[in-house]
Amino acid sequence: MNTRRRHVRAIFINEVRELRRNRSLIVGMAIFPAVFCIQPLVQVLLLSSSASTGLRSEHVLLYMLGIPALVPSFIAAYSVVGERQQGTLEPVLTTPILREELLLAKALAALIPSVAIAYIVFGLFLICVEFFASPGVATALIRLPDLLAQLAFTPLLAGFSIWAAILISTRSNDVRVAQQLAVLANLPPIAVTTLIAFNVIPASLTTALVAAATLLVLDAAGWRIVAAAFDREKLITGTH
Amino acid sequence: MNSEPLAPNLGEKVGPALSVMGLGKRFGDRVAYHDVSFEVEYGEIFGFLGPNGAGKTTTVRTLGTLLAPTSGSATVAGLPLTPGNGAAIRRRISIMPESPGLYLRLSVRENLQCFADLYGVTAPAVRIDRALRAVNLIDRSREACGQLSKGLRQRVALARALLSDPEVLFLDEPTSGLDPVATRDVHELITELRKRGVTIFLTTHRLDEAERLCDRIAILNTTLRTIGRPNQLREQLFAKTLIVKTLVALADPDRMFADLAGVDGWCQNGPATYVLAVSDVRAVAPAATRALVAAGADVLSINQSQHSLADVYLEIIDPNQTGRGR
Repeated sequence: MNTRRRHVRAIFINEVRELRRNRSLIVGMAIFPAVFCIQPLVQVLLLSSSASTGLRSEHVLLYMLGIPALVPSFIAAYSVVGERQQGTLEPVLTTPILREELLLAKALAALIPSVAIAYIVFGLFLICVEFFASPGVATALIRLPDLLAQLAFTPLLAGFSIWAAILISTRSNDVRVAQQLAVLANLPPIAVTTLIAFNVIPASLTTALVAAATLLVLDAAGWRIVAAAFDREKLITGTH
Repeated sequence: MNSEPLAPNLGEKVGPALSVMGLGKRFGDRVAYHDVSFEVEYGEIFGFLGPNGAGKTTTVRTLGTLLAPTSGSATVAGLPLTPGNGAAIRRRISIMPESPGLYLRLSVRENLQCFADLYGVTAPAVRIDRALRAVNLIDRSREACGQLSKGLRQRVALARALLSDPEVLFLDEPTSGLDPVATRDVHELITELRKRGVTIFLTTHRLDEAERLCDRIAILNTTLRTIGRPNQLREQLFAKTLIVKTLVALADPDRMFADLAGVDGWCQNGPATYVLAVSDVRAVAPAATRALVAAGADVLSINQSQHSLADVYLEIIDPNQTGRGR
C-alpha cells in the first residue's frame, strides 16, 4: 500500500471508530432518516388504491434524497471543528499526512456510512410500500427512472453535502454552529429535489443529466476548494 | 520505566539536528518571537525556557512545520524548513504537544495504531508494544483513553511520540500537571532516550527539570535572551562568591580580606557573615581559611555560594525584580 493510501486508510478507520462510539453523532444521524422516511411512509400507507393514480404524475421517491443531503453533513460538519475542540487535530497535523489526504479520509468516513444508510432506508421504504400499501400504490409509486435517480443522486448529493460541511467545519469554532450551518448549506439542493418531486420543476432526462453533471463538477471541485481553505496555521492557533 | 530500548541508536549524524537563523513569527501586528538563532546537536537535550507567552510553543510549532515563519530560516533534522519539505520534516521528527490530544473514545492501542499508520512504521504492532512497554502502559492498552488519568494520558502521548523513532523529539511541557511520581517516570524516559542518541527539544517551565535533564538551555522572552550550559550561564551572570561565617565578627575585616590574593571585593551580610567576590574559588578558599585561622578567627564555615538555574532565569527574565546579578 502506498503512503497516500495508508494515510487515508488510517484516518478513515479512526473516524469510523470514533463515529461508532459518539452517541450524539449517531442520534443526529438517526433523526434525518426518520424525518424523511416515516412521514411519507405513513402518508403512502394511508393512501387508498383509487387515490394512487395521482402518484403517477409526481416523483415522491425523490423526496427521500433529503437523507443523503443531510446525514453526511451532520458527520462532516463535526470532522474538523470537533477534532479541534477535543485537541486531537494538532497531533494529527504533526504527522506526515497531507491536508488533501486528511480531507479525503474524513470525506470518505462521512460518505460511506451515509450512503449506506440512505440506501438501506430507501430499501426499507420500498419493502414497506410493496408489502403494506394498498393495491396499485406500489406500482404507481415505484418506477424505474425514479429508482435510478435515487441510486445515482444519493452519492452525488452526499458528496456535495460533505464538502460544504467540511468547508464550514474548517472555518467554525463550534461544533453545533458548524452543524447548523451545514444543514442550511444543504437546503438549496433539498429545495430543488423537492420541487422536482412535486413537479414544480419538470422531471426529465435533461433535468437529471444537468443536475448530475452540476453535482459531479461540484463534488470534484469540492476537494480542491476545501483543501485550499484548510489553513493549518489558523486551525492550530484559532485565529479565525 | 522499562529499560527496553526505545529507539535504535541513531549513530553518527552529520551537522546539527536543528539550525535556526534569525527565525521570527508574527500574527498580524503581534510578534510571537523574533530573531531567534541557535543550533542543537544530534543527541543533545536542549531546554527551551521562558515565561508564558514568550513564544516557546510557537517556536516548536514553527520548527514542526505547523506554522510558517515570517522571517529567518532553519534546518530541521537536516532538511531546510520550507513549505515543500513539510511532510518530509514531519516524517523525521515527532512532537508531543502540551495537551495530549488523544481520541478519548478510542483505546490506547487504537490511538497508537492510527499514528503508527500515519508515520508509516514497519511492523506497527511490535512498535506499539515497544512504545507501550517503554511508558509502562502495556497492561492498559485496551482501555479507552477517556478512562485514564491525566498522567497516564500524558504517557500515552509520549508513547505516540516515540512510535516513529524520531530523529528530533519535541516535548512541549511534558510534565505539565503531572504528580511527582509521573514526573519522575517521564524524566527517566527522557534520560533513557538521551542514552539512545535521540535529540530532544524540551520546552518547560520547570527549571529543576531543565537543570536536571538538559545539556544546554535557551531562555526566550520573544527574543532569545541567552543560551548555554546551565553552569556556563551561572558563571556568566553571577560573580563567584565565597560565604565566610565566623563565630564573632572580625575585628578588621577590611584589612583581612584586602590582603588576600584573588579576592576582588567583599561585603558583610549579617553580624559575622562575609561575602567575598573571588576570581577562583578553589584557590581562594584554602588561603582564606588559613588567613582567618592565623588571625585567630573562629571559623564556622566557608562555602561557595550556589546559584540555581532559577536565579539565572529570574536574572534574565526580570533583572529589576531580582537584583541578583553581579
